Amino acid sequence: MTKKIKNLNLNFGPQHPAAHGVLRLILELDGEIVEKADPHIGLLHRGTEKLIENKTYMQAVPYFDRLDYVAPMNQEHAFALAIEKILKIDVPIRAQYIRVIFCEIGRILSHILNVTTQAMDVGALTPTLWGFEEREKLMGFYERVSGSRLHANYFRAGGVHQDLPQGLEQDIAEFCESFPKIINDLESLLTDNRIFKQRNVDIGLVTKQDALDYSFSGVMIRGSGVPWDLRKSQPYDCYENLDFNIPVGKNGDCYDRYLCRIEEMKESISIIKQCLLKMEKGPIKSLDGKISPPPKKDIKQSMEALIHHFKLFTEGYRVPKDEIYTAVEAPKGEFGVYLISDGSSKPYKCKIRAPGFSHLQSMDYLIKGHMLADVPAVLGSLDIVFGEVDR
Amino acid sequence: MKNLEDLEKKINSELTTKINKTEIKHNQIYLETDKEDLVDICLFLKTNNDTKFRQLIDITVVDYPERNQRFEVVYLFLSHEFNQRLVLKYSISENEVIPSLTSIFPSSNWMEREVFDMYGVSFKDHPDLRRILTDYGFEGHPLRKDFPLTGHTEVRYSEDEKKVISEPVKLEQNFRNFDYESPWEGTKYIKEEIDNNDKKN
Repeated sequence: MTKKIKNLNLNFGPQHPAAHGVLRLILELDGEIVEKADPHIGLLHRGTEKLIENKTYMQAVPYFDRLDYVAPMNQEHAFALAIEKILKIDVPIRAQYIRVIFCEIGRILSHILNVTTQAMDVGALTPTLWGFEEREKLMGFYERVSGSRLHANYFRAGGVHQDLPQGLEQDIAEFCESFPKIINDLESLLTDNRIFKQRNVDIGLVTKQDALDYSFSGVMIRGSGVPWDLRKSQPYDCYENLDFNIPVGKNGDCYDRYLCRIEEMKESISIIKQCLLKMEKGPIKSLDGKISPPPKKDIKQSMEALIHHFKLFTEGYRVPKDEIYTAVEAPKGEFGVYLISDGSSKPYKCKIRAPGFSHLQSMDYLIKGHMLADVPAVLGSLDIVFGEVDR
Repeated sequence: MKNLEDLEKKINSELTTKINKTEIKHNQIYLETDKEDLVDICLFLKTNNDTKFRQLIDITVVDYPERNQRFEVVYLFLSHEFNQRLVLKYSISENEVIPSLTSIFPSSNWMEREVFDMYGVSFKDHPDLRRILTDYGFEGHPLRKDFPLTGHTEVRYSEDEKKVISEPVKLEQNFRNFDYESPWEGTKYIKEEIDNNDKKN
């Protein structure tokens, strides 16, 4: 007697704790082996690009916080750089250091979240609890500088919104002293952990060629041994003046990517320390009154400042007709903005290139032939955040 | 090629007729071409030892409703070897079908699906051309300039039918687009004078 065996179709998500958000993954299973994975995305699509076309350049910044919401300021950075390049304005050096400090804080925020939740996906709960305590401190820095823990809206074309409040530099410096110990604690829980290694080593292998073909960037390409980091290869702001290393993986599996992220956090701490040392007092945004709003003090006394303030917050500044693609090394990879301006105060088009979109696309290729239980491990190491994938 | 000017020369000499215009700005090279030559150019850019644009960063479309050839398709490439970026563009009119790059760059699969979803541009030989970002059963192409910002339909849970239903958008107040860019026009006679001057010119 023969029995007919049929492949099983399994709906993974959209409400599943290991889907890292609202991912609907349709898996075709042969027993426990995954034959095919078809991600259905777009459940968090908010039409960011369409909304940006209808807002002035300054009003568009908050939308960037809501893309990759675990590292908001890195996204704002790409947009600010794009506008600055078209307007050809210089950013004061202090503002550059502040931006780099907060981008690196964003990187740590994102990597803590990813490393610890990936550990949770494969069965370890403690790292999450330890890591989130540190994230809370970092979000405290965000709050002190911008007023909100997550959606900062802090970077501007030409600098940042406000100077650091008193005492923040010392507190960040103190954090830099205490945090490496926490990384060591996390590593002691995970790096040599037998279960963690069994679940991650040789899972989700990416070769160099495939990393190129599938448009991988960030840790996903570095984990496969390609030393490509936009902070080094196409430096923006003051990254040229800073000394840091780029951790590169060997095998391109989930475990190597985890190691890269741990090392990157250590590098970020070193970058922040250097910035704090090199930073001097000075202006924090462009002094051009046609682009940066005047200080509140001046508005009470100077007619010109009042007019500038009024024009900036109603019409906004105009950006000459041009087009540009600018990318930054966000925690998840190359985050880019393709901006087309038409001379008015609103972008004509603003295409957002999210790294997670290309990474998630490769899910089918990465997971084929793996066990069902490896799906969360691979998904975790892709570092997907649906804010940016769905836009 | 290490240098953008050399790259421009190289591309112009190798692809002569296929390239309509080249330009270097913002430290990137911008090429304009025609739909028919797309696949050849991409193959050349990817495989040639002097270009090596081996990563396709993104595909997008820009909508210019007032033009005859309404859509401008844009491809962004990156070369790790030479640390260069390249922007490739061509114009098409509505309802035109364009070649898919999935055989050259596997990553273009979702990017083309997104373009199809957002702008309604169809791709020839695409293995799986479905909508990607919008809802199941969505109608229209949201990023076209003539698609309203508020959309056409809104969804809600209907207690009567016990399911999620979509119905035409009803807003208490319509989206208000304030045009701050037009300066104060002044009193009527000034406006008339300006209009007359415009006619003379």
